[in-house]
This record gives sequence, structure tokens and C-alpha cells, in this order.
Amino acid sequence: MRKLLLQGLFLKALTEPAPAVDDAARAELSGAFERAARRRLGRSLSIREVDAGSCNGCELEIHALNNAFYDVERFGIRFVASPRHADVLLVTGPVTKNMQEALQRTYNATPGPKWVVAAGDCAFDGGCFAGSYAVAGGVSAVLPVDLHIRGCPPSPTALLKGLLALLEKVE
Amino acid sequence: MPTLADLIREGRRIQQHRPWPRAVVEPAVWSHAAGQLAAGHWDLLGLWGEAAAVHMALYDGRDSGVGVISLECRDGRYPSVAQRHAPALRLERAIADLFGLIPKGLPDTRPWLDHGRWGLHHPLGKESERTTAPGPYRFLPAEGESLHQIPVGPVHAGIIEPGHFRFTANGETVVRLEQRLGYVHKGIEGLMAGADLAQAAKLAGRTSGDSTVAYAIAFARAAEAALGVEAPLRAHWLRALMAELERLANHFGDIGAVCNDAAFALMHAHTGVLRERVLRASDACFGSRLMRDAVRPGGVAADIGADGADTLHALVDDIRERFPALIDLYDNTASLQDRTVATGVLGPALVKQYAAGGYIGRASGRYFDARRSPGYPPYDDLKYEVPVLQEGDVNARVWIRIREVEQSLTLVEQILRRLPDGPIAVDLPAKAGEGMALVEAFRGDVLAWLRLGGDGRVERCHLRDASWFQWPLLEAAIEGNIVADFPLCNKSFNCSYSGHDL
Repeated sequence: MRKLLLQGLFLKALTEPAPAVDDAARAELSGAFERAARRRLGRSLSIREVDAGSCNGCELEIHALNNAFYDVERFGIRFVASPRHADVLLVTGPVTKNMQEALQRTYNATPGPKWVVAAGDCAFDGGCFAGSYAVAGGVSAVLPVDLHIRGCPPSPTALLKGLLALLEKVE
Repeated sequence: MPTLADLIREGRRIQQHRPWPRAVVEPAVWSHAAGQLAAGHWDLLGLWGEAAAVHMALYDGRDSGVGVISLECRDGRYPSVAQRHAPALRLERAIADLFGLIPKGLPDTRPWLDHGRWGLHHPLGKESERTTAPGPYRFLPAEGESLHQIPVGPVHAGIIEPGHFRFTANGETVVRLEQRLGYVHKGIEGLMAGADLAQAAKLAGRTSGDSTVAYAIAFARAAEAALGVEAPLRAHWLRALMAELERLANHFGDIGAVCNDAAFALMHAHTGVLRERVLRASDACFGSRLMRDAVRPGGVAADIGADGADTLHALVDDIRERFPALIDLYDNTASLQDRTVATGVLGPALVKQYAAGGYIGRASGRYFDARRSPGYPPYDDLKYEVPVLQEGDVNARVWIRIREVEQSLTLVEQILRRLPDGPIAVDLPAKAGEGMALVEAFRGDVLAWLRLGGDGRVERCHLRDASWFQWPLLEAAIEGNIVADFPLCNKSFNCSYSGHDL
């Protein structure tokens, strides 16, 4: 273990430079942030991820944000275990009818100011699951959405671009 | 002892079903099959419904035989398999929810996928409007002095899928765990009906995102079987290449995640790097990190790029250089071993009864790998081992995956060395037929069953994830362990919620 740790100290970091902020995300976010919110949040964002019915593909790429290449914590963005600690709900999947109430209750449990980011094509409009008897629709069918990040699944870079746009608004 | 072939002869053979036989049987034969399952002679591969019939896929390990028997439910009822063979229980509850077919003698009649929120009953059978509000779900009782309950989910603390776990604990020790699933039920089988092959393949590839390649292969093979078409040789080899890359990526992610759940983040950080490198190489070769929609009925959608072989050789070399140190780290860290060894033990009897596939079965002594038996190309032409251990604890499940990483690396090398030239896809005719396929995803065997109409559209498609026969065993494995070890046990199983809930 010591050898691995030592190598880690001396090798060049794998972490890549931050991607440019996504323009579409910036445009969608305009007006969403108040001065009070900026004062309260400072430079950090706490994210509670909620899978509202995804195929788990989006979860895999959201997980990747924490690996050494993307290292999302360097931007002050971190994933938290409870909606009570969250500023942002990052919601994936078409919202299934069986998850609709749980999603709503998670939102209600999140203290304001709060933002909802819908990640993935299913979260946008239900994707290929739209129209099913078991699906309520995209996230906006249930919650007010501040930002959509498209993709099936969105790559970690796409997720990062969207989240950085959110952070930029906070600053 | 009768063989599966004898059983099929008892019924009316459906000629358009390929590659394995299907026969429509009488209730007595259906019940006889349930008895054979209960006696441990055959394995249950799947059990699914239609508007007025139920189907059961069986596997006979003695001669690797596969067969499907079907029973017409004229009065909307059929003899329950689960009353004699418990692994069928959740499948029959799901059939009752979706099709309204009643299994006579089913010991547990609570709904499973239907949480009372769809606005209708039996969406895939004789549907009717739901007018009553959903009542509370009755969890099984656990009574005794100083027992308390811990409800967890459906929204969990980590970045994972939703499901509910109801623990009954005595102090720190879990007395009973009961799962409640179905939260991510998207109605995939309903959306499949009437879809064309391209749309249906897209849905199949989104049944469980971590196994998108395996599902796409299973669906494509079922479609090709139904149409009597063989994919080109090169397509078979490219599919196997993608499947092994998917296996590598998932094994790296999960080996690290198990260690992370034992608070050993160093391993997680290093395997996370390996996983990311596999995904980037996959992206470079096939144009998608998870290789979404890269496999399609008739062949593959993307050929390996010009630099693909070099990229993958470099990837294999890099993993070979780095992974042994991580295996050492896992094996020589006493505090980590203290958490994984003898934790969440799953005995061989349950694994055999449930015919649990993947690393869960193989870590508890069940030698089964769909690549080998019933088998499919090109694996019959490749050299690899199927590691099996007997201990059945978290540690054994981690070790199976470590060994499988090594096997997948040799498979990638063999495929790159011998990749045949030629076309990567054939056009498919639009005609009627029935097909079935069994494909080894990273977590176990995926079954795809498909009936196509004369217009080439899907009439009925059923996808059965390995998780159906793994989830119930997690309830058994956690018994007597401490609550704090549940994340560890759960991650060592890593069952799919979406693949199960459909």
C-alpha cells in the first residue's frame, strides 16, 4: 500500500483541466439565481442524486465525475447523502409513476434555495420510455427544472459543463 | 428420469420457435415440470406471461438442454410453480400484476411491480381502470422481544437505483431483510409490443444500462433466431469484444466499490481509473463509452476504428501492468479482509435452487456461464476459464470478479489477434417467427424471448435479468450479519433494479 501511495505522490495527476462552460446551459440558467442564493452558497454546491426511473446508465456516468480524471470536488461540487444537505437535486430517468411520490417528497425535503437539474434524455422528456402506462414523463412533469443536461447517457464532460454553468451563476 | 426432450414431446410443438424447442402442454405436464424443478433436476430459466398464456423456460444441466413449455390459461388461471419451487414466486407475482393471470396455489398474493399508481390494472392483459387508492404494502412479520425495524429507500444515500429494504434487527444483527422492488418499472414490455426491430433493440439496450451490450446481444440473437438469419462472423467477434470490454468496466467499478463500502477508498480510486480507461478505449473504438446501440439485430452498428486494435492492446498492457498491485493491495490489507471474509455467506444449496447466475452463483460453487453452456459464438472458438469458488462470501464474489478480469483480458487479446474480415451486418427480412437467446452479461445470464409478427414488428418480447434469481438470495445472505455490513453485501451482489423492474 505504501508503494502505491508513494507513487501517487510523485506521478503526474490524471485530473484533466476543466471543460468550457456549456453555453446552452448558461442560457437556460439565466435569471434562475438570486443574490441571496449566491451569498448563501458561496462557491460550493451540494448535490443529491435521485434516480427517478433510469436504466442506471446515467448513474454510471455521474459516478465517473468522482474519478481521478474529472475530480468534481475540486470545483466545490460534492454529492451528499441526504436531500436535507442538498442545494441541487440531480434527477435521472423518466419519472416512473412508482417513483413520482418519492421524487416529490425528496424535493420537499430539500431546503431552499434549491435547483433541479435533469440529467439525460429520459429526464428531458421521458426518452424512449415516453408514453408508457408506467411513466409520468420527464422530470419537468413533476418538478420545476432549472437545467437540462442531454445525452444517453450524458458523458461526464457534458455533466461537468452543465454543473459548472450552475456554479458560475452562483459565483 | 425424463429429459427435457421427453417433456417437449408431451405437448404440441411450435415449429416457428428457434433455436430451442417450445411446446404447448396440458396442465398436468406443466405441474410435472414444476415438480422436476422442485426436485432439483432442472433449472428455471424464466417464467413469463401473455394475455392468455404462460411460458416457462427450463434448463437441464446434464445435457445443456433448453426448452420452453407453454400453458394456455383459458379461465385466466394456471397452476402455480412457486407453490413447489420458490424461485418462481416473484415472477408469478409480476405476471399477476401485468397480465391478471392468477397462479392457483401461489403462497404470496401481494402485488409486486404494481404499486397501485398506474391508474389501471393488468396493463398488458385485460386492462381495466383502477378506481381505488393504493393501500399500504404488508411486509412480512418478524416478531420477538427487542426487535426493531429499519426502513431504507426507495431513495438511497448513494448514487444508486431506487428500491426499498425493510430490515428487522436485533441490536446490530439483521434478523430479516425484505425487499420491495418495482420502483423503476417503466413498462418496457408494454413499449416493446408493436415496436419495430430498431426501436425494440433500443429499448432492450436500455433495460439495464450497465449491461447495455449484453442486452443488445441477447435481443439481437433472439431476433436473428426468430427470423432464421445468422449474423456475419465478424459481427459475432466484435460483439464478444464489446461484451468483454463491458465486463471489464463493470468488474473494475464494482471491485473498487465493494472496497469503498468497507471504507477503503484507495482501491476505489485506482479501479476507478482503470474503469475510466476501459470506457475511453470503448469510446475510441465504437463511438460510445458504454457502447450504447453498437450491437443491432443482424450484426453490429459500428466496426472497430482503424486504430482500434492498437488502442485496445495498449489498454490491455496498461491493465496488466497496474492490476496485479491492486490485487495484492486487496489481498494483503488485513482491515479490508476483516470486512469481506466470512461476510454475507450464501450457501450452495440456495444458489443451486435459484439457479443463480454470474459471480453470485460461481462464488458459491455453481458452475454455469451462458457463454459456455448453452454457449454461443464466438466463445466456442476461444480459450478461457470459468472461475468457481465454494466459500460464497463477499470475498469470494470479489475474487471471482478479479479472476474474470484476467479471463476477459485474454479474451480481448485473442479476439484482436483472430478477428475475421468480412461484413459486419446483414439485412433482416420482415417475417413472423419466435426466437430466444441466453447471453452472459457481467452479472449473469440475460434471457431474451421474442415473437415477431408478419410485418416484422414485435408482438411480444420478454427480457429476464439475472437479478430475478439473485435478489432473493441477498435476503438470505444478509441474515445474521450486522446492519453496517449490508452495503458491502449489497454491492458484492450488485443486482440490477432497472433490469428487474423492467
